Amino acid sequence: MSIKKSLLLATAVLAIGLSAGQAKTLRYANQGELRSLDPYTVNETTTNAHLGHVYEGLTSRGKDLAIGPGLAERWETSADGLKWRFFLRKGVKFHNGEDFTADDVLFSADRVRAQGSNFTTRVPRDAKFVKVDDHTVDVVLTSPNPILNSQWDTWYIMSKKWAEANNTAAPTPAAATTPSHASLNANGTGPFKIESHQPGVRTVFKANTAWWQKPEHNLTEIIFTPIASNATRVAALLSGEVDVIEPVPIQDIERVKASGNAEALTGPELRTIFLGFDQIRDELLESNVKGKNPFKDKRVRQAFYQAIDIEAIKTRVMRGLATPSALMIAPELVPWPKDFVRPKFDPDGAKKLLAEAGYPNGFEVGMDCPNDRYVNDGQICQAAVGMLARIGVKVNLNAQPKGNYFAKVLKSGNYNTSFYLLGWTPGTFDSHNVLYDIQGCRDNPNSSRGESNLGGYCNKEVDALTDKILVETDTAKRNDMIKQAFTITTNDYSYIPLHQQALAWGVSKSVKLTQRADNSVLLYWATKN
Amino acid sequence: MTAFILRRLLQSLGVLIAVALIAFLMFRFVGDPVNQMVGIDTPQAEVARLRQELGLNDPILVQIARFIANAARFEFGISYQFRLPVTQLLAERAPATLELALVSAIFSLAVGIPMGVYTALRRDSALAKAFQAVSLIGVSLPTFLIGILLIYLFAVTLGWLPSFGRGQVVRLGSGWSTGLLTVSGLKALILPSITLGLFQMTLIMRLVRAEMLEVLRTDYIKFARARGLKTRAIHFGHALKNTLVPVITIAGLQLGSIIAFAIITETVFQWPGMGLLFLKAVQSVDIPIMAAYLMMIGFLFVVINLVVDLLYALVDPRLRATIGSA
Amino acid sequence: MSSIDTPAAAPVRTSRLRRILDSDIYASFRSSRVTMAAAFIVAAMMLAALFAPLLATMNPFDPAQVFLMNASLPPSWLANGDAQFIIGTDDQGRDLYSAILYGLRVSLAVGFAGVALAATLGIGLGLIAGYFGGRIDAIIMRIADIQLTFPAILIALLVDGVVHALLKGTSREDTAFWVLALSIGLSFWVQYARTIRGSTLVERNKDYVQAARLVGLPAPLIMIRHVLPNVIGPVLVILTINLGLAIITEATLSFLGVGLPPTQPSLGTLINIGNQYLFSGDWWIVAFPGTTLAVLVLAVNLLGDWLRDALNPRLR
Repeated sequence: MSIKKSLLLATAVLAIGLSAGQAKTLRYANQGELRSLDPYTVNETTTNAHLGHVYEGLTSRGKDLAIGPGLAERWETSADGLKWRFFLRKGVKFHNGEDFTADDVLFSADRVRAQGSNFTTRVPRDAKFVKVDDHTVDVVLTSPNPILNSQWDTWYIMSKKWAEANNTAAPTPAAATTPSHASLNANGTGPFKIESHQPGVRTVFKANTAWWQKPEHNLTEIIFTPIASNATRVAALLSGEVDVIEPVPIQDIERVKASGNAEALTGPELRTIFLGFDQIRDELLESNVKGKNPFKDKRVRQAFYQAIDIEAIKTRVMRGLATPSALMIAPELVPWPKDFVRPKFDPDGAKKLLAEAGYPNGFEVGMDCPNDRYVNDGQICQAAVGMLARIGVKVNLNAQPKGNYFAKVLKSGNYNTSFYLLGWTPGTFDSHNVLYDIQGCRDNPNSSRGESNLGGYCNKEVDALTDKILVETDTAKRNDMIKQAFTITTNDYSYIPLHQQALAWGVSKSVKLTQRADNSVLLYWATKN
Repeated sequence: MTAFILRRLLQSLGVLIAVALIAFLMFRFVGDPVNQMVGIDTPQAEVARLRQELGLNDPILVQIARFIANAARFEFGISYQFRLPVTQLLAERAPATLELALVSAIFSLAVGIPMGVYTALRRDSALAKAFQAVSLIGVSLPTFLIGILLIYLFAVTLGWLPSFGRGQVVRLGSGWSTGLLTVSGLKALILPSITLGLFQMTLIMRLVRAEMLEVLRTDYIKFARARGLKTRAIHFGHALKNTLVPVITIAGLQLGSIIAFAIITETVFQWPGMGLLFLKAVQSVDIPIMAAYLMMIGFLFVVINLVVDLLYALVDPRLRATIGSA
Repeated sequence: MSSIDTPAAAPVRTSRLRRILDSDIYASFRSSRVTMAAAFIVAAMMLAALFAPLLATMNPFDPAQVFLMNASLPPSWLANGDAQFIIGTDDQGRDLYSAILYGLRVSLAVGFAGVALAATLGIGLGLIAGYFGGRIDAIIMRIADIQLTFPAILIALLVDGVVHALLKGTSREDTAFWVLALSIGLSFWVQYARTIRGSTLVERNKDYVQAARLVGLPAPLIMIRHVLPNVIGPVLVILTINLGLAIITEATLSFLGVGLPPTQPSLGTLINIGNQYLFSGDWWIVAFPGTTLAVLVLAVNLLGDWLRDALNPRLR
């Protein structure tokens, strides 16, 4: 293309920009990038939210996170709980004009469980999908599963014909060695189409005028740009270069509110931030206590708990934008959160407990902490180091970027940690996930139970209850058992829950949008003046 | 001469292989790529399979050999983060970095040379002292702080210039996207190129000043003065001309380091160039991108060095003689 | 410097150097007020860093002395300020004045350690390359080329990664200092090597070196005792300027996340912490450490400038 021609093009582009007075373009900046467009590549909140504009699941979650119909209009369960029937919505079209049918559901069920998918747990491996007719699908299970479809809002349905025609019928694995069509292109049923996608730079979404629902938004276009630097992201919002940012660093919330052209939307997130202990090794990896593991002693764990001044963390580190918690699951997700209270902040009592446990002069222990994963995570850890110093425990803090941190503390790093900070949102928004993944015993190497229980806390009673909770269909009974399990773990001081961190989005005054508690920024609920 | 060029080329190749080796070793040891690619609740069997597929379980020598063989073809595989060929990602990001580097190099020359000339000619004037002071402050503040202060002043407080990104870009042909043809693209270039070019500007200003002072002292200038040439003609016709050769050389050599140092500027301004891609890659332990970036910077430096050496050899007969005998 | 076995030419040169040191440089120092002020500032800051524990009101590195409830207090003269904290506190409740003193200490120590390493490495390799020439020279200068490929930032990432891979499980607190010093050392040595090599190439053909060689002195002895004193002059200038650069590099590395941990903040770490609170109005967390750093580097650079002019007789 000659320079002249491109100059013409440039003027044309400018002209379009000017003439589109009616067009509503919403510019959105997130801390993280949108990498692959393949909806089965990375299971991560932000990516799932982005792709939720383009793709849809059989179910959907509303503004209050309640499960509602999606591409399936309704569903019913057989009496024995082994067969689910899904009635698919008629008249739904993919972005390329194809009709959405049962074949697409069957195809997506295979693809999401295929090798290379990061979402294999969305659909049980032994579940059989049977096409009844073009708009009815049966799912046959081998054991009852009352929470089968609890994560299906982010199991996005892809078009069979499109995927097969573009040679992308297999999911794009994380370790792809060849690029895949689906990672650069998308063909969903959702409210927006991908107009252009430059991974890590810019993605443009165009409104899908043929969407089956009447849109709540009034947008014609969304331009998404990742801006990793906090200062730059806030500056872009304040100067009006973008309309929505996520997250706003909590210290900048006042500045955003005071700016006059933007406001901060805040609310508690479902993620629980907590501290965990290695209580499985006979000797800690990073401690001056040799020959025994002080964290095996419940009194030591209790002492640590009582040494943490959660109010100071809330007011100073979190600037009021945190909800101290006594539970390992968000209080919104259980019916009886008030029944659990934190032990009082009591450094003297903590010292006494340490002395009783045989550590009158405290001891030394290493602590692992991410410094770019959760809200002010590094600062929380530093604060904890100070608080523990006052009961005589010398904590050597190792705060590092999440890549290095996870490599060290997760199972793949052989749980190489003595004391750590972690955050957890149950993907199913259900207690079973917490009890199974975080509080379950790690003793069976063939089971995935306790895989994220980095400290190896183990109580067989809890495990037994957890197994019953999975198959119990009576809600009241189930809730009782959940409460029992959490009572046991709380009394064991299995962890130190800290708080629910706050969500903080920066939104231009010209934009109205709904904040969902799982921190998904869903702009199909946004309107712009 | 041919022997010299051949030997120089061979040496350069050796340098590149060494860089490749370092690039490989370096990032084989930083973090764990597999952890970056999977979610927190991915089953372990899946993780093990990934490790196998990526060849991370092969003997280290096999991994190195594979790496160098691929690097020679500029094949760095697929980015772990983006599932795209690294070469394609770098090519997409290159225009942003190159334009930024070019504009900031022009800025540093266009401002640095006049300032240097002025401070050399009017050593004791107040303005010269002010220039000197500004240049010293310029090298005394970390680049990232200067960038953030500029954003705070010009983007947030005054609202004159954008705080991030490249503005509207235009595609030229299939490969090149330019921000030089739109108003917003040009405006977006101002703050980042000042931030990036400030250090080089100071360097050039001081170099020009020192060289000018030196040249002005030489007999040749004294002779010109004695011949009654106008001061202006002496200063700009003779002194500056003689000064510019080393200045251009240094500026050329600095171009490579500008591109490398763009990492910081690009991070502050969210400039979608190679530096930002590299830093993100470091944070996400995206080995293919990191390795390719290092190799590319290495290649760039080697080429620039080689060209400078060869030019010198062509221009300077004395050097040619010593090279011949060495 | 002078010794019995030094050939005739050397004492003349030595005494010239001495004469410069004794009279001209001192005179030029006395004649420049800016230089004197810079020297005073550098000396004052070094003393402050050295005696930080005596001057500070608390030890900011001791978590037991840091109270979170004091976090982000403004300077004492502003509303909400606390007389106990003259220029306010940081986000963890450290007294900023004390933190700056200790941070200065860390920054200077990293700077000195890094520059010392770079100088030792560079001077050694430069001497060897220049003195022996030929293949050894070619190899060393090629290594220098490779090194130039990697800016300090990349080297720091490399060193950081390798150190952490070698010492698995060690916390950043223990290694950060040495990682930084090593990265600065490894990224700055080339300049010394090139300078020293250049002058050594000239010196090695001079009579006194030839004479020493004829007498049969071992090469290391000739290099260190005879060549080095005659080529070391320009190194002083590089040393000074590099110190400023090293301190800035440390700050930049902290910005990119491989600097000193926030539990043992250097000036760079403090700036990086404060940077996060710039928009929120807690300007003092970045302003005071930033000013300290800028003034320090400025003074060091002024000294370097003056030293270069003073040692270069042509410019005077």
